[in-house]
Amino acid sequence: MSNFFEKSDLSRNDAESIISDTLKKCDDGELYLENSKSESILLDDNKIKNSSYSSDLGFGFRAVSDEIVAYSHSNEISKNSLNQSSENLKSTLKSAKGIYNHEIPKSNKRYYENINPIEQKTLNEKIKILNKVNSYLRTKDSNVKQVTANFLGEQKSIEIIRSGGETLTDIRPLVRFNVTVMLEKNGRKETGVYGIGGRESYDSYLRQDNWKNVCDEALRIASVNLESKPAPAGEMKVVLGPGWPAILIHEAVGHGLEGDFNRKKTSAFHNLMGQKVASEGVTIIDDGTIDNRRGSLTIDDEGTPTEKTVLIENGILKNFMQDRLNARLMKTRSTGSGRRENYRHIVLPRMRNTMMLNGNNTQEEMIKSVEKGIFAVSFGGGQVDITSGKFVFNCTEAYEIINGKIGSPIKGATLIGDGPSILKEVSMVGNDMMLDPGIGTCGKAGQGVPVGVAQPSILINKMTVGGTKL
Amino acid sequence: MIKDKEYLSKKASYCLDLAKKLGATDSSIVVGNSISETVNFRNQKLDESNRSDNLAINLTTYIGKKKSSISSSNLLKENLDTLIEKCIETTKNTPEDEFNSLPDKNLLAKEVKDLDLYDDNHVKNENKIEYLTRLEASASNEKKIVNTESSFTQDKSNFILANSDGFSKGYKSSSFTASCVTVAKDDKSMERDYEYTSKCHLKDIKDAEELGKLATEHTIRKLSPKKIGSEKISLIFDKRIAKGILSAFAGAISSSAISRGTSFLKDKINQKIFSDEINIFDKPDILKGLGSRSFDSEGVKTNTLKLVEQGVLKHYLIDTYNGKKLNQKSNGRCGGASNLYFDNGNISYKDLLNFRPKCLYITETIGHGSNIVTGDYSVGATGFLVENGDFKYPINEITIAGNFKDMFQNIILADDLEFKYATNSPTMMIEGMVVAGK
Repeated sequence: MSNFFEKSDLSRNDAESIISDTLKKCDDGELYLENSKSESILLDDNKIKNSSYSSDLGFGFRAVSDEIVAYSHSNEISKNSLNQSSENLKSTLKSAKGIYNHEIPKSNKRYYENINPIEQKTLNEKIKILNKVNSYLRTKDSNVKQVTANFLGEQKSIEIIRSGGETLTDIRPLVRFNVTVMLEKNGRKETGVYGIGGRESYDSYLRQDNWKNVCDEALRIASVNLESKPAPAGEMKVVLGPGWPAILIHEAVGHGLEGDFNRKKTSAFHNLMGQKVASEGVTIIDDGTIDNRRGSLTIDDEGTPTEKTVLIENGILKNFMQDRLNARLMKTRSTGSGRRENYRHIVLPRMRNTMMLNGNNTQEEMIKSVEKGIFAVSFGGGQVDITSGKFVFNCTEAYEIINGKIGSPIKGATLIGDGPSILKEVSMVGNDMMLDPGIGTCGKAGQGVPVGVAQPSILINKMTVGGTKL
Repeated sequence: MIKDKEYLSKKASYCLDLAKKLGATDSSIVVGNSISETVNFRNQKLDESNRSDNLAINLTTYIGKKKSSISSSNLLKENLDTLIEKCIETTKNTPEDEFNSLPDKNLLAKEVKDLDLYDDNHVKNENKIEYLTRLEASASNEKKIVNTESSFTQDKSNFILANSDGFSKGYKSSSFTASCVTVAKDDKSMERDYEYTSKCHLKDIKDAEELGKLATEHTIRKLSPKKIGSEKISLIFDKRIAKGILSAFAGAISSSAISRGTSFLKDKINQKIFSDEINIFDKPDILKGLGSRSFDSEGVKTNTLKLVEQGVLKHYLIDTYNGKKLNQKSNGRCGGASNLYFDNGNISYKDLLNFRPKCLYITETIGHGSNIVTGDYSVGATGFLVENGDFKYPINEITIAGNFKDMFQNIILADDLEFKYATNSPTMMIEGMVVAGK
């Protein structure tokens, strides 16, 4: 556990009295302290291109009055610096006349171990694996022209001090291992990317030479893409595979169900609570409590324990994801969804692990039922305009479906749809739900946070596929 | 107040000296401080104030051809000492790379040019509030506008870049940015759009009322969009989208993508990759330019490059490491392009709209659909149908797709270039792309 006051002229008692004094007429707020250590080791172009280590320390001081948020942060933990921040907050909230809400739920549950993954494996061991990855891939296929592989590890300690001195802490490990491979054959180049990770030690993901499976998967995707033909253009049926393709759920409905956009009525979903927004059989949850998952959190960045939040139940919109601010203004409770990238940023309601639950169909049934369409297995990323509800996501592995059979692979293309209506176009939900491999990062208002997704295979009646073949 | 040169230089030399003492044969460091103050408004009321003060170092140490780096925002002596020790230890354990080195001494910048990048003006929060009050009043004039969010940010920064070859230079810069996002609603749809202004000097930013009015106009005209069928149609890219094509080009000619063989523009030097009329410049010394700099992130001096001349690719963007791999000298582009722009075309904006009887005018794209390995491009898009030069109706839920190799050969530029961002393009027409819709 970090002792944030150990090397500072600021004592815990000083800090507590500055906090209580600053927040006395505010509705909410806290001092958020963070100490993070991270490493990145990168192999690229046959060499260890980069080995870097970073240590980041700082605080963010927040005061909330009615709808107004005042925030000030610094990487200098000192009396002077905290007082300066306090003045800054007070000057913004001169007319504050709220009553501080001391209530914050408690839980003893933890969803990951207190470990520092960086220290659990030596630099030499990590370099050895990266070199093995490089030679394994280059030996396995002579078309391999480029290999990039990297380790990213992090340990983040946080402490939240609320008015009155209540203190909440968390220590969060996070690791990621990625492989990118580029193939060249007959003058054509294609890449394949795969990675794994979560909130455990590197070894829990890499045991029994599991790095080979990551290499094989990246190579398989690149090989499929080498044979791909131009993707079709226009509206058609789309079968999505299980797991990572759930970024459709993340983009299409996830962002639109975040509390802030709905309080501000700028989300296409803001007036649909209690209404049917998806086909029967579609249930979507956002869960921060799955052990060791990338999107899991013991407490959120306001100190609220996370939970399993039902967003859509059997097609009906049930809940939004809330932080404390939006929950208070919408007269509901926080769902433990208040997150920030680091101490430099304010808290926003965000997703954790967003999942569509199993239905009764099989993937074979879905493919058999499609006369003309595409089968999308892997995706690069997505984006949404939450106001118009239009969202996109980019396929990195997809195939055409002709007369109920999987045909040739097709080139990467963007798929576009309408969030509030797309889930009503889901006509089959599979029984093969899978979690993603643990590599997702979600961006919102310039802040990236680790997230997870999961879904079974699904059949969508119509979506626009952004290929080049008319 | 941001930290002055003396403070930053002192930290820099402390770290370089310690690294040397611990066994580094070479080292380089950046010490930077930036202070940013933002006020946000929503629906004509104060919504958020945010002050951030960041001080950080980034140190790279070399032992022969071995290299490693650390970064930290914790500048307490004790922490720095531990980190630098760790950095040296990691350097020793990192395999050699024959191309690792500091930049060639002869290429280092000899001076810091006065590019007028810093404005000493300080906009107090009450003045930001005054600007935003006028902005939002103007943006809320229309009944169809149901939500407005705007912000005013003042950024000030100072840095020192130093290395063990005796280089030690830095300079201050500032930016003042205001933006306005509006949401409009009618019985069929809800749409969002924005306008934005960012300048090094306060007096150069757009007037508040004008900014609000433009954001509102952009948003209201998007209401009640239609989806069109799939077809091959000429596309016109608004300036704010056209610059993205230029950014993809810059990514594809970065020496790292070229030396790794992961760019569709590899081995295309002196080949015609654009149509005859296209000229592309990267000019680092534009006064008050948002991408201006006296030297690159390694300290190498930067000169103007004519990257594309009459359609022919003349230069890559080269840093020291990848330059060595390619057997070329750095041209001062570590960290990418500076002020990158397409030179004006020779047709007016109005004539471009009339160039074809029917085309799509694209105002926004979503998704990350540029693949610089293959050149494939496919993104979601929003825009307008234009017939005989007139905007007919808004379009959404479509995608546009093509391959940069073909797209670059089919670009026609208007003559309306302005320097609003660091990367800038006149309004652009590209023929032969595919729209997917209904």
